Amino acid sequence: MRKTWAVARKELRQTLRDPLSLIMLLGIPTFMLLLYGYALNFDVKHVALAVQDLDRSAASRELIAAFTHSTYFDWVAAPAAGADLEGLLERRRAKAVLVIPLGYSTDLAAGRAAQVQLLLDGSDANSATTILGYAGALVSQANAALLQRAMTGAGAAPPPLVDYRPRAWYNPELSSTHFLVPGLIGFILMLTAVLSTALSVVREKERGTMEQLRVAPLRTWQLILGKTLPYLVISLLATVLILAAARVLFGVVIRGPYLDLFWATLLYLIGALGFGLLISSISTSQAMAFQVGTVTSMLPAILLSGFIFPIRTMPEVLQWITYAVPARYFLVILRGVILKGADLMPYARQMAFLGLFAVIVFSIASLRLARREV
Amino acid sequence: MNPALRAVELSKRFGSFTAVDRLNLEVERGEVFGFLGSNGAGKSTAIRMLCGLLQPSSGRAEVLGIDVARDPEAVKRRIGYMSQRFSLYEDLTVEQNLRFFGGVYGLHGAKLRERMDWALAMAGLETRQELLTGALPGGWKQRLALACAVLHQPQVLFLDEPTGGVDPISRRRFWRLIDGMAEQGVTVFVTTHYLDEAEHCHRLALMHAGRLVALGSVDRLKRVFADRTVLEVAAPRVVEALEAFGAADWVEETSVFGTRIHLVVRDAEQGRRRALELLERADNRPATVAPIVPSLEDVFIHHIEAEAERREAGR
Repeated sequence: MRKTWAVARKELRQTLRDPLSLIMLLGIPTFMLLLYGYALNFDVKHVALAVQDLDRSAASRELIAAFTHSTYFDWVAAPAAGADLEGLLERRRAKAVLVIPLGYSTDLAAGRAAQVQLLLDGSDANSATTILGYAGALVSQANAALLQRAMTGAGAAPPPLVDYRPRAWYNPELSSTHFLVPGLIGFILMLTAVLSTALSVVREKERGTMEQLRVAPLRTWQLILGKTLPYLVISLLATVLILAAARVLFGVVIRGPYLDLFWATLLYLIGALGFGLLISSISTSQAMAFQVGTVTSMLPAILLSGFIFPIRTMPEVLQWITYAVPARYFLVILRGVILKGADLMPYARQMAFLGLFAVIVFSIASLRLARREV
Repeated sequence: MNPALRAVELSKRFGSFTAVDRLNLEVERGEVFGFLGSNGAGKSTAIRMLCGLLQPSSGRAEVLGIDVARDPEAVKRRIGYMSQRFSLYEDLTVEQNLRFFGGVYGLHGAKLRERMDWALAMAGLETRQELLTGALPGGWKQRLALACAVLHQPQVLFLDEPTGGVDPISRRRFWRLIDGMAEQGVTVFVTTHYLDEAEHCHRLALMHAGRLVALGSVDRLKRVFADRTVLEVAAPRVVEALEAFGAADWVEETSVFGTRIHLVVRDAEQGRRRALELLERADNRPATVAPIVPSLEDVFIHHIEAEAERREAGR
């Protein structure tokens, strides 16, 4: 254990000596959360809406109010009749234009179907679909109100409309940030943990100090443990920083027990650090280790973890590959513990997979490191 | 008592290239044993097999009677190793490097402190403890590397070209340290291609193209010149003279040392006369020919050429 401690202390000293690497290990994760947290936002709110009201009636103003009083649309312009509506969209002054034709109120009053038009910038298909959904909902709400008024106005009893009230639990606003932050944490921790150990062994190979360690009576497990422990502590610190940032910046509160979150994170980080060591034991240069480490940690954690793309919709081959991606399991646990307030009990299977991953990568890494040059 | 080192038919092949070819040797305890040869002669490969860094293709290496392949950990505890690259952590201070290597060898507490003080004094770095190792001049780094390699008081010390890229004064100081350790009973196994360093060794082994071509004390190796003489020739057209001497049947060996030619002949006076005659006939003047005391380099060239002839004859 003393020899392990000697190695760990040396690693820590080298890391602390180089402020850049410490910033990389502690600061970059938080910075990435900030960057991605704001950039990766699937919510569509405050859509710039231009309104061409050709009817200018109480009824038309009522419909407009329904749009602008929601948080989804912001009124930005009122183009006059014959104005260049296409130009508005092209110049990105507005993302949508609501056109209420002359005769809207008279049609309604006469009991005829009235027409309104919504022009949309469809170049961003994702947002356009969402905007379309909002607009449809607003119009059908207006319709229901009109219908109800018409019926009661005729003296009849109000019709029994189906009262549909959906509630999204754990994330009542269906905010994509709440959904994305756990995935982001999984991805960022994977990246920084893998990189921290990926460079540690190959650096010694490049500088020739690895040879000096090989002639020393140092067991492989002592070397591995000594090289992992300092980065485990640093990565845990980075986790605390990330969680604090997620709370302050995005209002993501940890609902579940902290201790359970700690155990899951610990297991995940151990696997990631072991994976970094494995890369380091295979690489021949720091540049190679950095590249391999970035690609093999970042891409699966983003693409194959269910972070952005749901695993169930992937082609079957890819679905099989995701079983080897630890971020996949960590993500499920994080969403459960952070958003649902669950403990680890329902996630025994995920924890088992994380443990299995750690055991496998450490086994291969120690075989690689124990092997003498042939 | 077992010898400090023993190699039995030790070989290393990399594909079709044989780096070390059936090496057999024994090194006594307390001996300073020099391992000489040009670059690529197989010195480093041999030393790396002896201390367990490299697995032999065939044959056996023993350190203090322990089979290196069978119990590498027991061997590692008893040896120190320092390579030509002075493998230190340049981003750690002198003191932190010593503390780390001490820790890796299991030293701690008062014992570690005592050994560190000893090492700092030995390397002359007492006042430089807090300096970053990367900022030290080459000679100091070399002494620190030596200090790190002997902190745990190894019985056998392997030095793989320990003085590469170090100024002559530092080299001399370094060798004083090595001599001192040998007096304390440490066995030193050192590879080098500096011939002046070979004079510090009790015995020498000369490697050429993976094979051991000569083995013995410096005096014994020089004895091959007991009934021969080395003549040093200076002439304006060196290459032409070299070719002429090479073709002459009374010249045993020729070699070039800078702008001069060394000839090995049986009879000093007769050889000198013939050499001058040959140069005059070719109008290669002004020329001088004088007998000299053979240096180690002459010895090595002799042994390497003799080995080449033996191989030629055996073919």
